Amino acid sequence: MELTLSILIGFMIIGAIFAIHAKDLLSAVISVGIVGYSLVIVFLLLKAPDLAIVQIVIETITLIIMVAVVLDSTREELKIKNDFKSFTNITLSIIFAAVLLFFFVQATADLNSFGQHSLRMADAYVTGAAEKTGSINLVTGILFDFRAYDTLGEVTILFAAALGVLTILRIKGKK
Amino acid sequence: MIVYILCFILFLVGLYGLITRRNLIKIVISLSIMEFSVFLFLVIIGYIDSGIAPIVDLKETNQIYVDPLPQAMVLTAIVIGLATTAMLLAIAIRLYRKYKTFDIREINNLRG
Repeated sequence: MELTLSILIGFMIIGAIFAIHAKDLLSAVISVGIVGYSLVIVFLLLKAPDLAIVQIVIETITLIIMVAVVLDSTREELKIKNDFKSFTNITLSIIFAAVLLFFFVQATADLNSFGQHSLRMADAYVTGAAEKTGSINLVTGILFDFRAYDTLGEVTILFAAALGVLTILRIKGKK
Repeated sequence: MIVYILCFILFLVGLYGLITRRNLIKIVISLSIMEFSVFLFLVIIGYIDSGIAPIVDLKETNQIYVDPLPQAMVLTAIVIGLATTAMLLAIAIRLYRKYKTFDIREINNLRG
């Protein structure tokens, strides 16, 4: 199980690196599709079918929007010349990555190893959830019953984003 | 443990793209890669080896389910991720129409 996951995540890393280094913006967008759709397979392997369904829909929508944007503008990647500034940038990012690595090690030291998770937090949600909420799908039960206000906030954000996109694309700016 | 490290590497790849690229579309791409790695990490934490998908079988009691709580939270986060990505892309295409480029070094009209 862990090996299969590692191979898939390695695949995702390769797709991500190619997406960042691609010379053509369209192929960069398609490579993000590799990452997103591999994520769907990983979710299925991790026993999260709801997430896989949502992710495949969202990834398709995002890809369509991205391809539309790229085809509507330009496909060419900018030429970046290696100067002193990019050298400082790389140094800064390495330092930043080292700091992040420190916190990552600290944070994962207390985690259970892969597959040994305990249901300490979710116990109250899981026991008798089907009787309490009337939904045999626990994820739906949590999302629309125990944490319904979270879902309300999520829908508010989605509505605000849709309004924002409409406003940004409609108004005519000064030349 | 190795899957945690691979998730972290995926996050770092996104961060690297975010810092080093100068193209708005590439920046959006890097942000969504970082998003994916965080979703992956949260769902991996909730996985239990002998667990089944969190859909209750009313006949069988004493089943072990994988943790449904991170899954519900990640579901919310995925949808919000779509909202932010769409917003970023709208701003990017708007900037392209004004400046005829995606280069963030040339989009500097707000500089004081």
